[in-house]
Amino acid sequence: MTFTAKDFKKGQPRWCPGCGDHFFLASLQKAMAEIGVAPHNTAVISGIGCSSRLPHYMATYGMNTIHGRAAAIATGCKVANPDLTVWQVSGDGDGLAIGGNHFIHANRRNINLNMILLNNRIYGLTKGQYSPTSPRGFVSKSSPYGTVEDPFRPAELCFGARGHFFARAVANDAPNTVEILKAAHAHKGAAVCEILQNCVIFNDGTHESVYTAEGRKKNAIYLEHGKPMIFGENNEFGLMQEGFGIKVVKIGENGITEKDLLVHDAHCEDNTLQLKLALMEGPDFPIALGVIRDVDAPTYDEAVSAQIEDVKSKKKYHNFQELLMTNDTWEVK
Amino acid sequence: MKLFGKLQNYLNMANNVKDLDQVVVRFSGDSGDGMQLAGNIFSTISATVGNDICTFPDYPADIRAPHGSLTGVSGFQVHIGAEKVFTPGDKCDVLVAMNPAALKTQYKFCKPTSAIIIDTDSFTEGDLKKANFETLDAIAEMGIKNDVIAAPITQMVKDCLADSGMDPKAILKCRNMFALGLVCWLFNRDISIAANMLKEKFAKKPGVAESNIKVIQAGYDYGHNTHSSVSHTYTVETKGEKKKGLYMDINGNKATSYGFIAAAEKAGLKLFLGSYPITPATDVLHELSKHKSLGVTTVQCEDEIAGCASALGASFAGALACTSTSGPGICLKSEAMNLAVIMELPLVVLNVQRGGPATGLPTKSEQTDLLQALFGRNGESPMPVIAAISPTDCFDAAYMACKIALEHMTPVVLMTDAFVANGSAAWKLPNLADYPAINPPYVTEAMKGSWTPYQRNAEGSRYWAVPGTEGFTHILGGLEKDNKTGAISTDPENHDLMTRLRQEKIDKIQVPDVAVEGDADDADLLIVGFGGTYGHLHAAMDEMRADGKKVALAHFKYINPLPKNTAEVLTKYSKVVVAEQNMGQFAGWLRMKIDNFNPYQFNEVKGQPFVVSELVEEFNKIINK
Repeated sequence: MTFTAKDFKKGQPRWCPGCGDHFFLASLQKAMAEIGVAPHNTAVISGIGCSSRLPHYMATYGMNTIHGRAAAIATGCKVANPDLTVWQVSGDGDGLAIGGNHFIHANRRNINLNMILLNNRIYGLTKGQYSPTSPRGFVSKSSPYGTVEDPFRPAELCFGARGHFFARAVANDAPNTVEILKAAHAHKGAAVCEILQNCVIFNDGTHESVYTAEGRKKNAIYLEHGKPMIFGENNEFGLMQEGFGIKVVKIGENGITEKDLLVHDAHCEDNTLQLKLALMEGPDFPIALGVIRDVDAPTYDEAVSAQIEDVKSKKKYHNFQELLMTNDTWEVK
Repeated sequence: MKLFGKLQNYLNMANNVKDLDQVVVRFSGDSGDGMQLAGNIFSTISATVGNDICTFPDYPADIRAPHGSLTGVSGFQVHIGAEKVFTPGDKCDVLVAMNPAALKTQYKFCKPTSAIIIDTDSFTEGDLKKANFETLDAIAEMGIKNDVIAAPITQMVKDCLADSGMDPKAILKCRNMFALGLVCWLFNRDISIAANMLKEKFAKKPGVAESNIKVIQAGYDYGHNTHSSVSHTYTVETKGEKKKGLYMDINGNKATSYGFIAAAEKAGLKLFLGSYPITPATDVLHELSKHKSLGVTTVQCEDEIAGCASALGASFAGALACTSTSGPGICLKSEAMNLAVIMELPLVVLNVQRGGPATGLPTKSEQTDLLQALFGRNGESPMPVIAAISPTDCFDAAYMACKIALEHMTPVVLMTDAFVANGSAAWKLPNLADYPAINPPYVTEAMKGSWTPYQRNAEGSRYWAVPGTEGFTHILGGLEKDNKTGAISTDPENHDLMTRLRQEKIDKIQVPDVAVEGDADDADLLIVGFGGTYGHLHAAMDEMRADGKKVALAHFKYINPLPKNTAEVLTKYSKVVVAEQNMGQFAGWLRMKIDNFNPYQFNEVKGQPFVVSELVEEFNKIINK
């Protein structure tokens, strides 16, 4: 059976005009149609926040739960029924502040979830407080003199929690967003997709450098497994390894050719270079987009099911009455 | 002969006095001395020969306090009776004290007639110092006048296992078995039953089993030989009609786990437990984790929050979902419990209560979380509450909690406490076929097309559409929903209606009437309790009635909703006392539900089980007022 994006659509989104959530929603529905899992076999589970309203606009099974708990609730859902395709949708506050513990443990356990992190670096629904991804010094209603703390960098947190999949896209960059969502679904295990998303009301322009196609040409690099790392308006720049770091080079200068450039290896188990790529920031470096890390590993939900099957084949009791008889008993005659 | 004089007198008197058809033995020692195992084996042997049993382990919170210290004493009390016993007993008839610290801390559980068994080898100057004794004669220093069986247990165990090839440390670990053997002799217990148990327990280490059995025999023989002139040891005969069938010894946490398993099987659902370790509830996680061959899925989560949240996710996915914890964990789970209330999904939340507030007394027992269960959430958040009344009742209570959760699409709080969770009793193996069916209100094929998520059946429950079912995709969530469409709604009338619908759904749940035991027709005092204090309150009633008083007991297991006959029962008697291990939470709940209900109260928050003699004293005061 084939689906179209329309099969996944429901209702009228209530986000502010221009909100990155609109773009993302459309891409998610398109990706789901292309993935081809039926809406009734799909569950979309969110927490609380602007972006967590998303399940209301999906014609799938869904839950718009409580603040921060989406990953934990999704974990139970997936483990109880591994046949479901489960998407967990959170914002940066939901996923990394109040839900930070669940975020890292879902990654560590490697639950087969598609974990969407819509990162606008602000609390929107509560009207403009700094979030755990707001940069140091960020001025907001709750930090009128600027924050005095450093933000999380989601990739770093994901990798630190032994995450096996991390991808990044800009919300209004539909082709790339659809591509990483499909890759996340294809990946078995916890798959984190960071979506750089603008909040037009409280944090307008936060991802400005990459929020247009022209900007992305200049300030971003699309990583593709097995391809050399080339970027720039005219594909004139590349990335090379230098010591323990990465440097930007101009192709053709100092005798540098395409062959000298790093070739992306998303499947490399050692995440050292992948992390360096994920942490690149402007203006000196391009922002990495696409699938940055995609490494196979045993998933929790499959391991749970496999263990149950294994024990079933070894133990001699398979129902309640048989369980009772495994105890020391005596008879009253 | 001399050593046993008083005990013997006491035991001989037993023929004339009713309550001496029962005996209480307390094993105590350092927390590494294996007292729990010795106690367990002794109670199982007693149950095997047909006695009724009720046990209570009383262990310290420290994993391993300094060896020989007063805080490191671990106790295990077992009450065995020819007929039904309701409590582990206030005080013991025999105290086994493996070291001075045990003697010092446990002597308070002795009666003047109790016999005390000590290991003289562990009463050296150093041992005595650790227990803060000032002299070398602990018995005299404490002014103990009881009979003391002073046996050089350590040395005899060493001698007994000298040729076993075991290392000295391992040999010392068998001291508990010597004490067990001695107690078995004292009560004429067949030690072959213990031997068989040990053979099974150490099936993979036959050497260990053999050594332990040898030591039990040595302890038994020591009693036999040293005191062979004592013509009367003690037996507790089985009296009264016992229901025929197979029995086992089961503690409350295991019975709760079995209740969940049984309910899942009956409902044809996968059992899912999301949990986080916490005393005294952890054994439920341990127990359920064992039974993967029954398809039980357990997830040890990153925190209490995720324990409940993952269970709720599993419930959404169509499993029978449970989460297990104690009071501090409920604090953390309450937001996800509340989400279950508004999403109207089945969920069983087990609270094995301990002493609070905050970390409180982790290994001790209280009933102080009742109002937390009833009200500890934001908003109007009604939830059924069931409180198991005994270790074996945990099975039925857990089963019914699951049945109510599944059939009424609601989270249910199942309350037990450290006392019933760790205490054990003889349990007649149930036949699952005798238990009521569990039929969740699933959506039906006929509903396709017209169904909405908050459509309700006659009981007021919404229907369960499990993901994976075609034609029933929908969204649930923590935001208020329109009662018809299920869309987010902030309409004031709708919110008021939904609040009432959620309340009515709980109020409509059918629970059995509360039974009145004792002098139901003409009691001068009605004792009222709930949950784990049943045994103590029942024993207090029995004692008062034996003394000629007119007393009845109404003990509640269903707390919310209350049984339909609650008001009728509570207003029927001239005097009512609500006895509970908190500052009056159940009494307050009853007052809220019943007009002009003003009971006497007995409240105690010591972290210890009620003492029957104290209850009797207090209740007599009320009767005489």
